[in-house]
Amino acid sequence: MSLVLMGVSKVVNGQTHIHPTDLELQTGTMNVLLGPTSSGKTSLMRLMAGLDVPNSGKIIWGGRDVTGMRVQDRGVAMVYQQFINYPSMTVYENIASPMRLLKQTASQIDAAVKKAADLMKLSPFLDRKPLELSGGQQQRCALARALVKDAGLVLLDEPLANLDYKLREELRTEIPKIFEEAGSIFVYATTEPEEALLLGGNTATMWEGRITQFGKMPFVYRQPVNAVTARVFSDPPMNFLKIQKSGDRLIFGDGQAAAASGALAGLDDGDYVAGFRPNHLELDKRVQDALEFTGRLQVTEITGSETFVHLDHHGENWVGLIHGVKNLQIGASLNVYLDPRHIYIFAEDGTSVAPASYATAA
Amino acid sequence: MAKITLENLAHSYMPNPLNEDDFALKALNHDWADGEAYALLGASGCGKSTLLNIISGLLHPSQGRILFNDRDVTMAPTTQRNIAQVFQFPVVYDTMTVRDNLAFPLRNRGADASYVRDRVQQIANMIGMESMLDRKARGLTADAKQKISLGRGMVREDVNALLFDEPLTVIDPHMKWELRTQLKSLHHEFGHTMIYVTHDQTEALTFADKVAVMHEGRVVQMGTPQELFEAPEHTFVGYFIGSPGMNVLDAKVTGNTAVIAGTQISLGKEFGTPTGKVEIGVRPEFASLQVGNEGLPITIKRVEDVGRHKIVRTDFYGTEINIIAPEGENITPEMNRVVFDTAGINVYADSWRVAPKAA
Repeated sequence: MSLVLMGVSKVVNGQTHIHPTDLELQTGTMNVLLGPTSSGKTSLMRLMAGLDVPNSGKIIWGGRDVTGMRVQDRGVAMVYQQFINYPSMTVYENIASPMRLLKQTASQIDAAVKKAADLMKLSPFLDRKPLELSGGQQQRCALARALVKDAGLVLLDEPLANLDYKLREELRTEIPKIFEEAGSIFVYATTEPEEALLLGGNTATMWEGRITQFGKMPFVYRQPVNAVTARVFSDPPMNFLKIQKSGDRLIFGDGQAAAASGALAGLDDGDYVAGFRPNHLELDKRVQDALEFTGRLQVTEITGSETFVHLDHHGENWVGLIHGVKNLQIGASLNVYLDPRHIYIFAEDGTSVAPASYATAA
Repeated sequence: MAKITLENLAHSYMPNPLNEDDFALKALNHDWADGEAYALLGASGCGKSTLLNIISGLLHPSQGRILFNDRDVTMAPTTQRNIAQVFQFPVVYDTMTVRDNLAFPLRNRGADASYVRDRVQQIANMIGMESMLDRKARGLTADAKQKISLGRGMVREDVNALLFDEPLTVIDPHMKWELRTQLKSLHHEFGHTMIYVTHDQTEALTFADKVAVMHEGRVVQMGTPQELFEAPEHTFVGYFIGSPGMNVLDAKVTGNTAVIAGTQISLGKEFGTPTGKVEIGVRPEFASLQVGNEGLPITIKRVEDVGRHKIVRTDFYGTEINIIAPEGENITPEMNRVVFDTAGINVYADSWRVAPKAA
């Protein structure tokens, strides 16, 4: 079974929410839609679910065209950011409710409810009402209900956004395991790059109503096809710098240059944009050919094990994430180093012309 | 700006609390220094909002006193405490312009018009909204409205303290960065006493000079981010701070060695013979994988590539030990041992940290 979107688009009141989009999702996979608020994640999910009908394109599920089919007839489960449970029913009845609608037998229902409750660590609370549970337990109840439905397509719209940080961390590690067992197509929307990294599976980065890239999470993270994808999938944000290619040299300003070798050798001379992640900026020169930049230190933030340095580099804001606790002088100038193997090169329009060489070396 | 003193402060929501369990906030003594930035960090229901509400005057404590610069304000209403507050959701006047929203607290107190103009310009500059000053607030995004709330919170220079209650919840991750950095540089520039409540460890640690970690109504540790990371006073702090949290293993500790499920390791420091339930705690950042027969025997269960590093989940006789490995490190199936950096080993007796003996 696969879910295929073919040229699907959505326009509301003259505003394009989803530009024509192609996407193919396979059964048994976790697919994360990653993008900022209003980038189209929820709109795309509503089209997948059948809650909205696309203005153009087709939706094929298991070889069947389901474009106009109602949501009730599709076998879809959805979980939202707000915990939605029936307040007057027990946790058991909440989880059982979709199966009762499907007219399953009492023993089938009992077995499925107990299995889902077990997975979601809700077994001790089956007799309670949802409002007697913590927020995390309430959301697990909603997740359990989505699981017992045995839907081929499970859509999760920022399901952990209203939970405490530490609970989110626990559910994030549990969710992929639970879903591996269930074998449906899972689609999970989030605004947080960190969440996409922890969930793994496939990532679709979204920006202004378009999927900018879709693929295995580590691939999208390390080999973004354009600067927009790199920016969406980077927290703290990726740093950018205008550079020039001239002959066999890349010129970075500050008197710094690197050899234009490998994938870069064949590029036309001219202007490009270099991108590099905060964790690849260093305070020590660790490799011979590291580039050295000087900026003015604006702010430092210490997490306990790492230090974020916010740098003004000729009017551009750069962020560096440095290992260890560094007590540095605010307002002073600071030298930072960058291994050329960690630099992504984009054309002026943002298209990737060469991923960082470390990303393709492995 | 003010020093804030909490003196034997406690609160129960019950009319006749019988024992400690009945207190949402358990007895607490603390001086919060003038001009420092503090965070109250904990899960829902840990008492952090109770404490914040006592400081702001929304709640009067059932016991103890609260002083601003040695003046007792325990029973004083919010309006007499001279504080500014920023809440989880933006509070702005939709029909007013951005400028009038920012100027509101100053005009309310009869500030001079030319001062108001200059100060509003300065704040708008800091929150990056100069170009929107003459727009009505209606129709702005949640991000923009929350920026106005933050700006209005900071517009008065004469407040005793600035209180923030989960102010970045509604903000997108990228904007969170920007706002947090601005708050941080504002604090650096103006030296306000700031108290910031959050459940998000990254926000708490990066924002504050000192973080109070709260658990079940108690401040279990108040310390710098580095102290919380390197020497958690309680196993809860070890668990709550860090992703993943600290590995905690049952151990028998004698002097400078620990025996963990039959394997002896060196602790690098003297701990005497702690009694009670003895455990060692090691953060994943201080654990590394090796091949050989040194360290604890483990089997690798899963390797998670999470971008800038890898989280390796291993099994040690039924207990999970997590290890953080660098992005480029090659994890091979032959790796059968975990080794701890002795600088990162802490010893716990009945969940509280045992200080090593001075050399």
